[in-house]
Amino acid sequence: MSDILVSEQSAPGSGGSGRPSGRLLEVDDLRVEFRTRDGVAKVINGVTYHVDAGETLAVLGESGSGKSVTAQTIMGILDTPPGFVTGGQVRFHGKDMLGMSSEERRRIRGEGIAMIFQDALSALNPVFTVGFQIAEQFRIRRGMGRAEAKKRAIDMLDQVKIPNAKGRFNNYPHQFSGGMRQRAMIAMSLALDPEVLIADEPTTALDVTVQAQIMDLLAELQRERQMGMILITHDLGVVADVADRIAVMYAGRIVEEADVYDLYAKPAHPYTIGLIDSIPRMDEKGQQLRTIKGLPPNLMNIPPGCPFNPRCPMAQPVCREKVPPLLQVGSGRASACHFAEELVNRD
Amino acid sequence: MTENILEVRDLVKHYPVTQGVVFKKTVGQVKAVDGVSFGLRAGETLGVVGESGCGKSTLARVLMNLEKPTSGSVVYKGQDTSKLSGGALRRLRRQIQLVMQDPYTSLNPRMTVGDLLGEPFEIHPEVAPKGSRRAKVRELLDLVGLNPEHINRYPHQFSGGQRQRIGIARALALRPEVIVCDEPVSALDVSIQAQVMNLLEKLQGEFGLSYVFIAHDLSVVRHLSDRVAVMYLGKVVEIGTEDEIYERPTHPYTQALLSAVPVPDPTQRHNKTIIRLTGDVPSPISPPSGCRFRTRCWKAQDVCAEQVPLLEIRQGSDHPSACHFAERREIVATSEA
Repeated sequence: MSDILVSEQSAPGSGGSGRPSGRLLEVDDLRVEFRTRDGVAKVINGVTYHVDAGETLAVLGESGSGKSVTAQTIMGILDTPPGFVTGGQVRFHGKDMLGMSSEERRRIRGEGIAMIFQDALSALNPVFTVGFQIAEQFRIRRGMGRAEAKKRAIDMLDQVKIPNAKGRFNNYPHQFSGGMRQRAMIAMSLALDPEVLIADEPTTALDVTVQAQIMDLLAELQRERQMGMILITHDLGVVADVADRIAVMYAGRIVEEADVYDLYAKPAHPYTIGLIDSIPRMDEKGQQLRTIKGLPPNLMNIPPGCPFNPRCPMAQPVCREKVPPLLQVGSGRASACHFAEELVNRD
Repeated sequence: MTENILEVRDLVKHYPVTQGVVFKKTVGQVKAVDGVSFGLRAGETLGVVGESGCGKSTLARVLMNLEKPTSGSVVYKGQDTSKLSGGALRRLRRQIQLVMQDPYTSLNPRMTVGDLLGEPFEIHPEVAPKGSRRAKVRELLDLVGLNPEHINRYPHQFSGGQRQRIGIARALALRPEVIVCDEPVSALDVSIQAQVMNLLEKLQGEFGLSYVFIAHDLSVVRHLSDRVAVMYLGKVVEIGTEDEIYERPTHPYTQALLSAVPVPDPTQRHNKTIIRLTGDVPSPISPPSGCRFRTRCWKAQDVCAEQVPLLEIRQGSDHPSACHFAERREIVATSEA
């Protein structure tokens, strides 16, 4: 797509600081495989997406689609081995991060790109207080003294609306409820004012009423700080509420990318259609749910041609032979289906 | 309507909180389920919704007779289940079966599917004589949409959705009348979740099963249930038919819960109002006096702290609600699919 042209102009090695706009974060034809005893699982097979300042990109997919592994690769926290990046780039302000030294990458983490995880209890260190874990960043990365770091940490806890932030500073993670832990983790990830926030299933473990609170908080903080946000989720409901653009992943590929309104109004890939049809909706009365037949492919043995073809109701012989590339269909949207044009032009 | 096959009356389950190692003393009670009553009619699905900690899984355990109730009773066809023992209890267990949430830990990894599904017949040999068991197991596999050829496989050779089908087949083995489903689809991906939900519906039609369907996902519950009970901190706050609860909710908690469910339609983004609840669910060890929801309720008055609101039909409403100020409010704009 045309986005790539913009980024190629930025010369590598310049650090990217102070460059106006361009693409903030780009993943370009990323490939990752997991080498295990049982064989090689091709987990990411050419993923390309980008996120700009102030924008929310939702990466939607089911378990094993590669959405979290992509995020881990961006953050540089992929477990190696078994995971290996076999191709592609991850550019932050135009500079490829995969080629950086670990020292350079560490500087980007937290200040440039931060991440929050699904399970806050295991993401927080249980033997340090929540306050200490937030203040630590100010002391190490900003060189602040103990007292000032504490003041800033309390301020962060306040910003994520933890009641009685001062009193809570010395609490350990287990003394927080699930929703508060998630807030604490958000405070921690935003402490150094990152430009991009990756939220990996931030509300999946939470109850609906708490989920609504957390999504609100994230949206508000994002607006205030004009952050770029990558929201990784499997929940089509949450996505509809907050995303600007959506990238749908299947078997390590992006199968469809579109503006949120277009995607729900007229999905242009049979997998997206199947997903939207198979969710029970609270505002619609029952009848049989439509389903996607079969199971997601084994990543050690992805079927030839389109990876979705064994489950696809539209599959033709060509789908078993040729991998459909992610091509532009209409303005601002792309689909990796041989019949994408027909899908977009249907009534 | 037909008579109730299962009746729950004033069910209470408290767990003691103890302190000390040698000299244990009870310092409090976790009031997991605290006075729940409802009836389950033959052939219907009763959905039970609520957030974590509201006591819905404890309810499942007591319904299954895995826990003795602290007080109150579960009556199955006129028999108080907690008073049964020996042969009578074993006969009862045939009739009420459980489908668990996590298909990864609820199946013994060392047993083949054939053994897993054959085990119920060993405990209840009267259901299938020894020679016919293998055939019965194949029949069960076919029934839940699995390949009968896979009878010798182990659980790890199946995907999550397939394992949940095994769990359902196991619950069906003894041809029960009631199946308690405790979050049966919440661990599954959306595309697989729909398959399992359709399977549960199909089986209900085929065998005339009654389900108690416990879940936190309100969309899933609406899709499957005939009637719905909403729980908060160990109590049912509102109960009614699926339409009554989703289209005409009167309890503030139900309204808040419904309004918080994300609707998969971006065009609805700006024209829905979410009722924001502040704070967290209070501890079930010392729930608030009076109405348990009052600490998070925007309608709370003095009376809410003094009087426990009873679950009864209120003025201007057609179904029981446990709120002093029950009032209809439209939250979900329903359309016929």
